[in-house]
Amino acid sequence: MLPGLKKRVVITGLGLTAPNGNSLKEYRKNLLEGKSGVQRFKTRYMDEVPAGVCDFDVLKYQKKKEARRGTRAGSIAIYCAHEAVKDSGIDFTNFDKSKIGIYLGITEHGNVETENEIYNIQQFSYDIKYWTHHHNPRTVANNPAGELSLNMGITGPHYTIGAACAAGNCGLIQGMQMLQLHEVDLALAGGVSESIHTFGIFASFKSQGALACHVDPTKASRPFDRDRNGIVVSEGGCIYMLERLEDALKREANIYGEIIGHAINSDAIDFVIPYGERQAECIELALQRAKVTPEQIDILSTHATATQVGDNQEAKAILRVFGNSPKTYINNTKSYIGHTMGAAGAIELAGNLPSFRDKTVHPTINLENPDPECMITNLVKNQPQQIKKADIILNNSFGMLGINSVVIVKRFEK
Amino acid sequence: MTKEEVKTSLLNIISEIVPDEDVMNLEGNTSIRDQIDLDSMDFLDIIMEIRKKYQVEIPEEDYPELATMNSSVTYLEPLLVDK
Repeated sequence: MLPGLKKRVVITGLGLTAPNGNSLKEYRKNLLEGKSGVQRFKTRYMDEVPAGVCDFDVLKYQKKKEARRGTRAGSIAIYCAHEAVKDSGIDFTNFDKSKIGIYLGITEHGNVETENEIYNIQQFSYDIKYWTHHHNPRTVANNPAGELSLNMGITGPHYTIGAACAAGNCGLIQGMQMLQLHEVDLALAGGVSESIHTFGIFASFKSQGALACHVDPTKASRPFDRDRNGIVVSEGGCIYMLERLEDALKREANIYGEIIGHAINSDAIDFVIPYGERQAECIELALQRAKVTPEQIDILSTHATATQVGDNQEAKAILRVFGNSPKTYINNTKSYIGHTMGAAGAIELAGNLPSFRDKTVHPTINLENPDPECMITNLVKNQPQQIKKADIILNNSFGMLGINSVVIVKRFEK
Repeated sequence: MTKEEVKTSLLNIISEIVPDEDVMNLEGNTSIRDQIDLDSMDFLDIIMEIRKKYQVEIPEEDYPELATMNSSVTYLEPLLVDK
């Protein structure tokens, strides 16, 4: 028997919707072809902004009424979870639904519905008798996870993990831990974001001087580029099927990889400005838990959102930890899809998982003038890179109020 | 609005609220909720849509009047006569 079989957690399925793909296959293909999913988007009260918009088929897994009653985040969660279950090949119909847990990272939830309702009652002179009775069930923080439990008849625990833009990784970590504690036997874990449907997120980034703009929306998200000018807000989702290794082996599941390390910590410095030192500590803690050295990390998926200060801080953290690790290849997925907020950690990891098989690292696109202030060795630029070994991926995800999360996934070999 | 227009308007509202249901064949004297999947939240949506479209307020004690298509039309007709 493999050591620690009951505690080891593996990924056995995944479902996603990204601005440039509604399946891992389509998404990966577009990442390798350098195809952006960012487009012009009209949001209330503002001129057009660049944004990542998803075009998955909502009605593939939902009735019209369900979609109408619920939220965009709920629809994203339902689509991704069904795709993950299908991908995992598990006998879902006969699986004990009370032993399945739903753990979804979110950056924010409820802003979309609140803005819509205020806009709605404004047309009725702010008479609150026109305020919808759907407001509370749509805006409770567990909404996307709850809609998923209703849709799939899952009676185990469901909740969201509010962790700003570090949330996708945090969802995965929560799912892994609940499996390790034997609270559940299957975890649907990851992150979702509906944020493009709230004007407030765009307006707030604009007021902060952190909203990306570019005549060509596909070039608006440019992490580590000297001319980057801010964040492209995107919607999306990615949900993983997680199982204990023992169970996955028993049913001869396809195993994408094993989560061998994780860490979450806090900067405790500032509301919005990230802090590279603490990010480095988070990465180091994850490496320590995974019992691997920086040199053993083959691919590092960066969080960088294309803000001036954020990218600099992450570059500093990477330099501190990986400065002497010439074999670690580094990329950034936001350059294609923008910032999918609560889904970012989960969706960006997914884009890299196929590297275990094809030993190809998708590049960071829109890197026309690499910023000398962001000194990163082996940043894969504009063209995919073939590598000799792709066994371990480290995935960074950081968020406002100084939350940092890191997940390390290893290619699985029996 | 005529009686027929009231009925058409109500059917349009219901079909928007429960788009998966066939509302055109609703039997007039049987409870609407016994014929299609329409729960209490959907019912409140109907009340809200009538309020928004016609500025007509239906008091809670009158909700039973909207149980069937025929009783709904009978109840709404005088309220919507000038709409």
